[in-house]
Amino acid sequence: MQKIYAILVDGTVYFSWLFIVSMGLTLTYGVMKILNIAHGSFYALGAYAAASAVGAWFAGNLPAAGSFVLLVLAGIVVGGGAGLIVERGLLRPMYGRDEIVLVLVTYAAFLVIEDLIKLVWGVDPYFAYQPYNLLGRTSIGGIDFAVYDLGLFALAVVIGVATWWALERTRSGKMLRAVIHDREIATAMGIDVARVFTATFVIGATLGALGGAITAPAISVVPGIGVDVIVLAFAVSVIGGLGSVAGAAVGALVVGLARACAVHFLPEVELFVIYGVMAVVLAVRPQGLFGRLAARKI
Amino acid sequence: MTSIVRNVGFGIAFACAASAALPAGAQQPGSVKLGIVTFLSGAAAGPFGVPARNAAELTIEALNAGKLPAPYDKKGINGLPIEMAIVDEAGGTTKQVTEYRNLVERQKVDAVIGYISSGDCLAIAPLADELKALTIFFDCGTPRIFEERSHKYLFRTGAHATMDNVAAARYLVARNKDIKSIAGINQNYAWGQDSWGDFKASMLALKPDAKVLTEQFPKLGAGQYGAEVSALLVEKPDVVHSSFWGGDLEAFVLQGKARGLFEGRTVVLTAGETAMFRLATQVPAGTVIGARGPHGVFAPDNALNKWFRAAYAERYGAPPVYPSYKMVQALFGLKLAMEKAAGGKPDKPATDAVITAFEGLSYETPSGRVDMALGKGHQAIQDMAYGTFKFDAAKGGAQLVDVVRYPAACVNPPEGVKSEAWIKSGFAGAKC
Repeated sequence: MQKIYAILVDGTVYFSWLFIVSMGLTLTYGVMKILNIAHGSFYALGAYAAASAVGAWFAGNLPAAGSFVLLVLAGIVVGGGAGLIVERGLLRPMYGRDEIVLVLVTYAAFLVIEDLIKLVWGVDPYFAYQPYNLLGRTSIGGIDFAVYDLGLFALAVVIGVATWWALERTRSGKMLRAVIHDREIATAMGIDVARVFTATFVIGATLGALGGAITAPAISVVPGIGVDVIVLAFAVSVIGGLGSVAGAAVGALVVGLARACAVHFLPEVELFVIYGVMAVVLAVRPQGLFGRLAARKI
Repeated sequence: MTSIVRNVGFGIAFACAASAALPAGAQQPGSVKLGIVTFLSGAAAGPFGVPARNAAELTIEALNAGKLPAPYDKKGINGLPIEMAIVDEAGGTTKQVTEYRNLVERQKVDAVIGYISSGDCLAIAPLADELKALTIFFDCGTPRIFEERSHKYLFRTGAHATMDNVAAARYLVARNKDIKSIAGINQNYAWGQDSWGDFKASMLALKPDAKVLTEQFPKLGAGQYGAEVSALLVEKPDVVHSSFWGGDLEAFVLQGKARGLFEGRTVVLTAGETAMFRLATQVPAGTVIGARGPHGVFAPDNALNKWFRAAYAERYGAPPVYPSYKMVQALFGLKLAMEKAAGGKPDKPATDAVITAFEGLSYETPSGRVDMALGKGHQAIQDMAYGTFKFDAAKGGAQLVDVVRYPAACVNPPEGVKSEAWIKSGFAGAKC
């Protein structure tokens, strides 16, 4: 029974993290049809910015509770700024080109940002563990969990609900959905698609950086942390259906629970299980769980 | 169209020919050129690669200036200045194979010293013999290198991982006779698999009734260990073994500590020394820490270590960790072997003569004595040590107490015996 509790909580915590880091990727793809490889770099930038900010915060003996706000702010500021620079500086001149070209452009951005990170922060690890320890731990089914990790679930719910509300209940969201459904018609209806693109990319980058920022307290922030994230976020997005926010949520939940089950019952397949799930989903529904089949335009 | 294709083809051919004709890294006449391969980027750079690179730079400078204590006081190697070509180990085995070929075939280095990753070592080992290039592995730990086959052109001047895990088991059993269960969390590649295999077998040899409760193998660089920590907490083992290193190690300590994994049981971190200073306030008291040999905090107080520790700390502002010590061992071994092979003549000795001189060599280093005793004289053994972590602000922070040292012959298999078979035999022939 203890194992069942552990699987449910572990799966939920992993789901929360995956959902936050993969939603930005799937949103960017949904609107812009760009598979943004630089998403992993935004995650890393967020983690580094948060670690530096939290380090300075505690070095200045400022109130500990403020460090949580700082984490979120660091992610938003660095993600928004970097997203804007990449969209305006690199992607905008490339719009209209083949999707593969745009993927290569984001890959180039990924490499550049990785080197910039090394230039700014060096190769030594950064830590921001204070917020992780501040909240202590709580017991669920006789197993201790870090309250900080459980808090990720609340953050994922807030982000998920906010995104749903923004897409479904606001004028900007409706314009964005119009662009997702048909870019040409949206343009013909007077929607400024270039502006929608900029806003979407900045939001996607911010979500990626936010994912890094909130993860920083639990890890050692080192060069290369964004590499695995892009692969995982891609797997989750593909399972859910590239471009679908609901799909990102379900994909993250499926992966989170499958991985937790593997770790507890069959650790040998833990590495394989995420991609196993992806392979099964793609075999049954090539467009992903929530993806829509679209007729090819000739 | 045809002319465009022809012109492009000519251009490519010309560019290839020109680049092949240009010397990639011209070697000064009368110098010894070394290829140094270590992580300069990626997660392993901070804790391992850069400290090793720093040690290489520092030691080569000191050797070239002839400023080291005897027997390393002769300038450079056999009086010839040492040149260094540094290569980043990051990027995977395919890239490393290409980089290695480049060092040997284009840059014409006299020897390659390198490789932290066991995966890279396994990929490079057969290539060293194929290219007949003198190669020294300074850090990677998998015992398979010389246990699966012999290598003429390859040496490893650091001990393999078997002694880390045999000594860890001996340390734990000596300190707690009531160990009834063990569990492991190790990275899912050669290093993690081999380390756990040796530790599990050693514990079962010393405590045959101990139960293995769970064996976790997360991906290298995973960073998130929530489910693995839960699995360990659910199973409640007396001992948790981990050969994690770098960012993985540090993340595991942070996440495990926050959830009480280190309480009520003993956690042994065989490569923990690289993190114990950086995470001094976060490593729980009672954690058993190793340094992959008698390096760093375990190093003896000999003249070489006095020089190395002081010079490194002065230049880089931090004490050297074990990869730094292991880099020095490799450089010192090569220097002695080349000078022995030269036999007093001023020239650079032939590679075959260096190999003969290197085989079975015993020499002093900042970490104490290194004996090239295994793998037909190509694989080093050393003493091993473990200690228990304690944070004492009054004594400068991170401390290791209850340090126990194990002679090399106590924790390494005899020549010609595979580690796995030796452990299963109950450590036959061990001299403790």
